Amino acid sequence: MIPYEQCLLDLANADDRVVIMTAENRGHMRNIPPYLGDRFVDVGIAEQTMIGAAAGMALRGRVVVTHALASFLTLRPLEFIRDDVGIPALPVIMVGMVPGVLSDGNGPTHQAIDDVMHMRGIPNINVCCPADIDELVDALPVLARSGRPWYVRYHASERIVPHVVPFEIGKAHTVIAADAEQVDVTILTYGYMVQHAVRAADQLIDEGLAVRVVNMRTLQPVDIDAILHCVATSRTIVTVEDHLRQGGLYSIVAETLLEAHRTADVLPIDLGLTWFPAGRLPDVLSVSGLDSTSIATRILHHVGHSR
Amino acid sequence: MRVREHILRMSTDGGCFTGASLSCVDLLVYLYSRFLNVTPETVADPSRDYLLLSKGHDVPALYSVFAELGFIDSTRLANHLSVDDDIYWHPNRNVRGVEFHSGSLGHLLSVGIGLAYDIKRTHGSNRVVVILGDGELNEGSVWEAMLVARALRLDNLIAIIDRNAFQANMRTEELIPLEPIAAKVDAFGWSVSSVDGHNFEALENTFGAWKPIADSPQMVIAATQRGRGVPSITDRSDRWFCNFTADEVEALIGELHGSAPATLKSETLIVR
Repeated sequence: MIPYEQCLLDLANADDRVVIMTAENRGHMRNIPPYLGDRFVDVGIAEQTMIGAAAGMALRGRVVVTHALASFLTLRPLEFIRDDVGIPALPVIMVGMVPGVLSDGNGPTHQAIDDVMHMRGIPNINVCCPADIDELVDALPVLARSGRPWYVRYHASERIVPHVVPFEIGKAHTVIAADAEQVDVTILTYGYMVQHAVRAADQLIDEGLAVRVVNMRTLQPVDIDAILHCVATSRTIVTVEDHLRQGGLYSIVAETLLEAHRTADVLPIDLGLTWFPAGRLPDVLSVSGLDSTSIATRILHHVGHSR
Repeated sequence: MRVREHILRMSTDGGCFTGASLSCVDLLVYLYSRFLNVTPETVADPSRDYLLLSKGHDVPALYSVFAELGFIDSTRLANHLSVDDDIYWHPNRNVRGVEFHSGSLGHLLSVGIGLAYDIKRTHGSNRVVVILGDGELNEGSVWEAMLVARALRLDNLIAIIDRNAFQANMRTEELIPLEPIAAKVDAFGWSVSSVDGHNFEALENTFGAWKPIADSPQMVIAATQRGRGVPSITDRSDRWFCNFTADEVEALIGELHGSAPATLKSETLIVR
């Protein structure tokens, strides 16, 4: 049994309101149906019906954890998410698989690189982007207990960094803290990109820069205090995300600064405004400039530091 | 008759979807007074029967039934389109008795699946009724939900098609032909029956002795008329959304009670 399967089982065992649904996306829950019986519902390739039915179950007091590939989960039933989950603010958790660059060889139809934009654009829908399996396992029960709708950008790689700070909604986690209070660079990031940002930071530190890396953990609600603190204590802010430029963390930082009447030197490292070339994941990362060396090089160039 | 009067009185000063409301009046009156196990006192009881109005634009009919049966105070109908109340062109859950909001077509059969599944899973005997418009069958999500409802063997789920043969601007068969609906739904594995949606005796024959059919959701095709009860706006493609003058409303209410046909000058507001 993989850790995510155990996580779902533990969640269901701890809370009899929990029902697990999937639109025939069973890759990360293959072993749990026998344990869950009628609390596991596979509706087939029918994302709209899954979201509508999840809302119906939530009306009867259930907490429903739904699954599909992130692009299909967020786009095909977008109006069902908005109307049937968002408007009534029902406790439906939507877990999107292979988001961002993790769709590697699938091509643009499968690229959920606008998912944060769409989900945070719906009132009442919250967004959580775990950095690794430990954070996902920590977060899911908290999200289920919150009684609110959530979109989760599924990411279940092995632990990247120790999560010494317990998962908390709306609280960022500083995964690399510089000794100095004032740093040269703070990298704000989330999800799968945390590990690449951490490796990039190691390279920058080797070059003599004071660098901080902050894992945002939830993008809606977002940790405004953390963003403003980083802006106040950094020469340069870098946002790193496997998402389009629009609507993701870069937009969130821009909105946060404007609202606080602040400005900052912000370098966005992301997918720009287009789909990425499909291929093997390491190649996708490097061609998109999202591998750790590319990130470090971009940042060094930006701060005027040559190596 | 009183329900139809309410609907006509909501068809002015901003107007409403009069034609679509008048076609499902008798269905809603029958279901709430004879079939559904739900009262103003049991609207939050987990063992109540549920009714979901998926074709939400006929909500004046629902609210008028609610007013007559005591779910809401009938004086609230005068708040139609007031921003200080929740009574507008589509259902709102803040109005007592409304199980779920709607407005966008093709949603509530899937919501009904979730309710019906949870009821079965927890061994409840309550039923879920979803009212669909015939034009709403253009939406693929209705047919997707039909597949899933059959797969989940939801024998406590009943969908009723308000088959008034019109969609917004024209006859359904002129735009996207639906017939043979019964054969199509049957092919999806549902049990299908037809009924005259304005005849209480026929409705009683269909629903009075209702029983679940093993593993099968049930579809009832209710033959109805747009604008039923008021001849000058019956079966007309141009009387879907109506915004009449106060005088016209009074004339139409007279017509409802057998007076001469109303003279109508107001044109249909084209909203779609």
